[in-house]
Amino acid sequence: MRHPPSPVHEFDAADPQRRLRAREDIATGFARWRLAWALARGDITHRYRGSVLGPLWLTISTAVTLAALGILYAKLFRMDVAEYLPWLSVSLIVWGVISQMVTDATTSLTAAEGVIRQMPLPYTVHALRVVFRNAVVAAHNLPLIAVVFALYGVAPGWGALLAIPGLILFAVAAFAASILLGMLCARFRDIPPIVGSVMQLAFFISPVIWKPDMVGHWEPLLPLNPFFALMETVRDPLIGGTGSVVIWGMAVLWTALLSAGAWALFVRFRGRIAFWV
Amino acid sequence: MATIEASGLAIEFPLYHHNARSLKQRILSSSRLRLRKDEDNRIVVAALRDLTFTIGSGERVALVGPNGAGKTTLLRTVAGIYEPVAGRLRVSGEIGSLIDPAAGMDNLLTGRENVVLRALYRGMTEAEGHALAEDVAGFAGLGDFLDMPIRGYSAGMNVRLAFAMATALTPEILLMDEWFLAGDAEFMVKAEERLSRMVTDAEILVIATHDTTIVRKWCTRAIRLEGGRITADGTPDEVLGAA
Repeated sequence: MRHPPSPVHEFDAADPQRRLRAREDIATGFARWRLAWALARGDITHRYRGSVLGPLWLTISTAVTLAALGILYAKLFRMDVAEYLPWLSVSLIVWGVISQMVTDATTSLTAAEGVIRQMPLPYTVHALRVVFRNAVVAAHNLPLIAVVFALYGVAPGWGALLAIPGLILFAVAAFAASILLGMLCARFRDIPPIVGSVMQLAFFISPVIWKPDMVGHWEPLLPLNPFFALMETVRDPLIGGTGSVVIWGMAVLWTALLSAGAWALFVRFRGRIAFWV
Repeated sequence: MATIEASGLAIEFPLYHHNARSLKQRILSSSRLRLRKDEDNRIVVAALRDLTFTIGSGERVALVGPNGAGKTTLLRTVAGIYEPVAGRLRVSGEIGSLIDPAAGMDNLLTGRENVVLRALYRGMTEAEGHALAEDVAGFAGLGDFLDMPIRGYSAGMNVRLAFAMATALTPEILLMDEWFLAGDAEFMVKAEERLSRMVTDAEILVIATHDTTIVRKWCTRAIRLEGGRITADGTPDEVLGAA
């Protein structure tokens, strides 16, 4: 089973051709999406090995959180549960997807240490694995929104399909974050706890459990928060809006900035990753 | 034609995740010039220094030398895992690396699923992986164990599986660390057969080992590494002394 023709690997430290190597890494990494998918699928099934309900636990734990928080906060904010709970469900589930993505991105490379130091593989595969794994988790949680909507008789209409481009934007951002945070966290081991704290803070300062209009005249400033801008591209269509140009513009801008940062870091330091993990 | 050419090759490991200051005090004083500070004031270990060599088609090369001489680092560099900080490296030919048998293996998956996973790691499709599993099963002699999770395998079975997977693909250049010697005697005869067949197909074998009988039996050339440098390069008898 030989694979013709013979590939040639050439490396000259005086002329490292970093940009070319980074491009090749991404191209071959995407060509091996099957591997990333197999690894991501394995991550999920291993986590629930031997459990009767398996990945369904993802759905159950989210459902319990929704019921508890929905009823409590409706009371605290003096809102009608039937009006607040569907909104909160969308919010919390979409936020959960973002927050899980960011947390997972920090370990995209360090978790693959065993493979990185033993066999040559495009680093892109490890980032794709994070994206796929989060997509699977999201696929277990997003349908809950439909359940809550059915329970409370909310019909978002065809406009809900506008959430799909938002989810695609999520995937792009998750890939870039897995490269950027994965590298930073491999090099500086203090970053994962910092990211953890930032995400906790972001949960409270972003309109997840409170509605954006509650901040009054600060509302136009909210899209400056990248988490809000990104979240709103999916949340707004689901709760009957269409997403404003400002929101979409800011979400795309933040994703572009993230991707640019990831690309710059990847080009410059890709060759060092094996020494960092 | 498979070839490996290196000139002025150097690899340095920065010591990132340690307390550089205390480490410096502890080791710098007693080191034989392998630790130094780079331009950013970081402590680095010079793992490979100024290596120049050419390995041509048909050569079976043993890397010998004490622990920490840089044998595995050199294998990883040739495999394309570590990027050199200086020098040039040109490797022509498809590489199969058997550096760590457990790398990329999933303990919870069965032997067959692991073969398919390895095929995916190599950039093959799942169908090709399933075809490969038959070949691997025959050679590794795992029998019914092929469809059991490999966490229940003995060390020897793990090695047989890994060896069979790596050699089933007939790489043009086989890089091997000495772990595979853990196989039982019967398997070693088969392994040797398979290896010699690969090498007679004009491929390259580079093996890092401490075992001088392996070197004399399997290798046509030995390179001795000490402190990250080549201190001897020649036939096994020249490098190890006549048997």
